[in-house]
Amino acid sequence: MNFYIVTLIKTGLVAIVLLTFCAYLVWVERKVLAHIQLRPGPYRVGPHGLLQPLSDLIKLVTKEGVVPADVNIFYYLLAPFLSVALALVSIAVIPFGPVVEVFGVQTQMGLTDLDIGVLVVLAMSSLGVYGLVIGGWASNSKYSLMGSLRSSAQMVSYELPMAMAIVAPLLIVNSLSFREIVAAQEGFNFGFLPRWNVFAGPFPQLASFLLFMIAAFAETNRVPFDLPEAESELVAGFHTEYSSTMFAAFFTAEYASITTICCVASLLFLGGWHPLWPAEYGSDLVPAVLFAGAALILVFHGAQAVKSRMWDRFTFPAFGLILLGVAALFLIPALKPVLIPLFWFAAKTGALIFVFIWIRGTLPRFRYDQLMRFAWLTLFPLAVANLLATGLAVALTTK
Amino acid sequence: MDALLFLTFAGIAVLCGINLILQTHPISSALSLVGVMGSLAVLYLLLGGAFIAAVQLIVYAGAVMVLFVFVIMLLNAGAERKSSKPAVRAWISLPLIFTFVILLGGLIASRAPADAAVRFGEFTGGTAANIGRALFTAYLLPFEVTSILILIAILGAVVLARKEI
Amino acid sequence: MPAELTRILPQSVPLSWYLILSAILFSLGVAGFLFRRNIITVFMSIELMLNAVNLTFVAFSYHLKQVDGHIFSFFVMVVAAAEAAVGLAIILTVFKNRSTLEIDEVNSMKL
Repeated sequence: MNFYIVTLIKTGLVAIVLLTFCAYLVWVERKVLAHIQLRPGPYRVGPHGLLQPLSDLIKLVTKEGVVPADVNIFYYLLAPFLSVALALVSIAVIPFGPVVEVFGVQTQMGLTDLDIGVLVVLAMSSLGVYGLVIGGWASNSKYSLMGSLRSSAQMVSYELPMAMAIVAPLLIVNSLSFREIVAAQEGFNFGFLPRWNVFAGPFPQLASFLLFMIAAFAETNRVPFDLPEAESELVAGFHTEYSSTMFAAFFTAEYASITTICCVASLLFLGGWHPLWPAEYGSDLVPAVLFAGAALILVFHGAQAVKSRMWDRFTFPAFGLILLGVAALFLIPALKPVLIPLFWFAAKTGALIFVFIWIRGTLPRFRYDQLMRFAWLTLFPLAVANLLATGLAVALTTK
Repeated sequence: MDALLFLTFAGIAVLCGINLILQTHPISSALSLVGVMGSLAVLYLLLGGAFIAAVQLIVYAGAVMVLFVFVIMLLNAGAERKSSKPAVRAWISLPLIFTFVILLGGLIASRAPADAAVRFGEFTGGTAANIGRALFTAYLLPFEVTSILILIAILGAVVLARKEI
Repeated sequence: MPAELTRILPQSVPLSWYLILSAILFSLGVAGFLFRRNIITVFMSIELMLNAVNLTFVAFSYHLKQVDGHIFSFFVMVVAAAEAAVGLAIILTVFKNRSTLEIDEVNSMKL
């Protein structure tokens, strides 16, 4: 019984955190894109637009759900449900940290640890194509059908280089379980270089990491591979005919899959929750220093608020104090075993998500035939060559 | 718990199978087949075949059936029209198939070993490592031959589906 | 409610239940193969039969405590995938030439 209760609590926590994170990822994306494009971004709804996701959610949910007359209503309603469900399931096999003891209960940070964790993530991304396919087909409209066909062909084509890029570090680690993959990246070479899969091992997995990230952009339909849902191309692709809650569902599914893929990348290639340099050289103080530094910057800017932004005089120092409190949290020895690994994992995933958003603001998009040609004629041979090289290195160095 | 899971997913599989042969539109049949494959994947998990369950979802439900759905969407296949031929053959054959199933089921139930029961967790040999080892040692020849088979299938499909004939 | 369920349901599932389920799915596939007139649905009934056979393989692999059933099932899946690719390409060609997907109308080699 204890196990079930603990798992239920963990599931509730993870679900709440993931959904809130997806909602605030929208805010982060709009802010980062805005600053790349030299404009302020969401600003008025709440201090610096922080309540924008909430108002977006309220708007989307209370909007009138316009259902076109000629749609196949069962599949029309099934598609967003399927998309969201499959995108959220993968988070169950992703570990966030080591085994910790919280309130006397020893539990692992993460919902479960399957022996075939990597295959479950691959399976969910393979099945995720159905949400697009059914949604586009059920909408009974030319733009939706074209968008869904292109989008699903793109997702299926890029699954291959992604799977091969995932298999390459698995050859080194010899396990399909995420916890064992992270455990194999523990420790430091020469005392201070991390043994992440990107750097170390018989064959540094830098090429696999790049291939995985490129394929991840295509799998999640993000720029530069977002032709199927680009506003200037196909109206909105497969979700043209969807409004209100169903559109919000597709949106949530996209951001949840971005989060999941960045989590998988940081587990497979960047060492999961292991720090960048050993704890005895002070890596435990990094989160505290970062948050305290951010707090100081906020207080500094708050003190210099101009007359047109008078509220900043109060909101910035208030946030600064909150961040100081968070920094102090990271210094409590009782919470350190839980928070420090979680911080490193979140930092790596967050950095990868920032790269996703950064590239969205920077690169133009591929044309559809360029996209498919790139997948089959460039990425796939490179992935195969990388896999062969890794296999050769592993075969030559194991006894 | 095992029995509850088995009955639930076996029921879903049979219902989806019946739906497959009763629906008129091919897309509904295709999605029912995906439902069958998903519930069979859970049954493989109950039988200790974790790797096979994952491969079923990735390859069968996630690639082969997507191909089916693509083709149905591309060909714009509509619902089947009513048959002009009389349904005599259905009236004769369906009871025969039903009898066949009953006989087969009875034969299996009487011949199966009495104490053969499936408990989750008893068979731990279905891991990726075991299957990989068997594939590369005992079953190496079929493995290599199937890779050539897939190559032939790819070539055949590309040639057949080209625009100019 | 759970107590009554644990009384009715067996403690562990007999192997014959898996085999009977496989038989039912196989005969559903045969029925679909014989009675449906859309080529693609006929093809899907074949896939249903292959799935039923896979279940039998995995069930016996459990019973005999060997991994060979999993290997067979793996090869069945691979062959089914190759067959689906070529079969659907053939269906596309048939559709291109005859503009119909009913097997009753594709009854002569002459166009």
